[in-house]
Amino acid sequence: MRTIHTDKIIRSIRDMCIEANLTLSKDMKCRLKSAKEAEKTPLGKQILCQLNENMKIAEEEQIPICQDTGMAVVFLNIGQDLHIEGMDLHDAVNEGVRQGYKDGYLRKSVVKDPLIRENTKDNTPAIVHIDIVSGDKLEILVAPKGFGSENMSRVFMLKPADGAEGVRKSVLEAVKDAGPNACPPMVVGVGLGGSFEKAAFLAKKALTRNLDQRSEKEHIRTLEEELLQEINQLGIGPGGLGGSTTALGVNIETYPTHIAGMPLAVNICCHVNRHVHRVL
Amino acid sequence: MNKYVTVPAGAGELKNLRAGDYVYLTGTIYTARDAAHKRLYETAEEKKEMPVDLKNQIVYYLGPTPAREGQVIGSAGPTTSSRMDKYTPCMLSLGLKGMIGKGKRSMDVIESMKENGAVYFAAVGGAGALLSKCIKKSEVVAYEDLGTEAIRKLEVENLPVIVVIDSLGNNLYETAVEDYKAKFLE
Repeated sequence: MRTIHTDKIIRSIRDMCIEANLTLSKDMKCRLKSAKEAEKTPLGKQILCQLNENMKIAEEEQIPICQDTGMAVVFLNIGQDLHIEGMDLHDAVNEGVRQGYKDGYLRKSVVKDPLIRENTKDNTPAIVHIDIVSGDKLEILVAPKGFGSENMSRVFMLKPADGAEGVRKSVLEAVKDAGPNACPPMVVGVGLGGSFEKAAFLAKKALTRNLDQRSEKEHIRTLEEELLQEINQLGIGPGGLGGSTTALGVNIETYPTHIAGMPLAVNICCHVNRHVHRVL
Repeated sequence: MNKYVTVPAGAGELKNLRAGDYVYLTGTIYTARDAAHKRLYETAEEKKEMPVDLKNQIVYYLGPTPAREGQVIGSAGPTTSSRMDKYTPCMLSLGLKGMIGKGKRSMDVIESMKENGAVYFAAVGGAGALLSKCIKKSEVVAYEDLGTEAIRKLEVENLPVIVVIDSLGNNLYETAVEDYKAKFLE
């Protein structure tokens, strides 16, 4: 059986937190660049120029792309033939986050209690999603999530009769309500099906999918493409100040669901859609 | 229209800015976000002495990342303003004349802005690295225990902001989207 030590996991998560906050994935960079060319309004174009310039400064001068360096969302896919030795796995993840946010000069944005609101001062704990999969590898996905856009996310418990039209209407409603608050151009992650919590999880997962990779299901692919078009006709634009670029992408993840329901979650992310992926 | 404004501005200068103006701010501004607003509000309610005099000042809704050695400040973009709405009419009644943030404001805030001749600017959300370049000095002046949420006094040079809501209540978030639709979609 293959063995991996938690020290290695700690180091990886540390590095991934820093990397995610300084540089975006290739697909995100490409979308932001082409949006700058395609944007129809002068102010929208100017804002997109600033966002491109901002990414360059962040990478070159090691200044986080956004001051909201997020709450660290960490997905772990653990191969069932892998043995992890060392410390408690959750403690290891949090240690990685702690080191990454300290060494990377990232903002500590986590409070201990939702009501008492005392800062934990090291950005822990992370949100950890663990899945057991086949194989002997450990797949890590670190996705720091800013809360300007997180706050504008929604869950809708739709009825089966609402159909694709209901999905479309609800996603558009969520995006419209988010407007300038979510730092458009945004990325829209949609979770459809499952149960109340599964839909929300899928929506988060959808945000981490490469924007050039469309759904494998044809009807969902069509819905993704149509929704992106419709969202970009809302006119919200860069910074919410009007324009043709409201969203850079729409990713939908689905799961089987109950005969009585159609849960829908819309997780909105700003243009700083951060995720770093590694396999150990 | 591009305008260059020195802050704190003279009487009426901010009041005369109009929604849609592109403004470069140079001078002194303060930062405050959720936790600092809560404390300022409670201090004002209890009629105790305020840690900063907000009269004629501009507040930037900002919680920066820590500065690396040799840097003035870390990433320094705006946070969502609506979370400050509950406290804003109180701040405006104390003489605050400008706010920099991003996103919508409540009707109560807009009414209070009209009454007090104040203006709401948006900075580009998610451009924290770029905006940090305009900050030449940063000093914590109150609530140091709040870390990133402490009140900072900033010296800024040509900080680019857009007037979104002016002292007459004109709202660029509403008009710009309608203008876009009228021009490109109908």
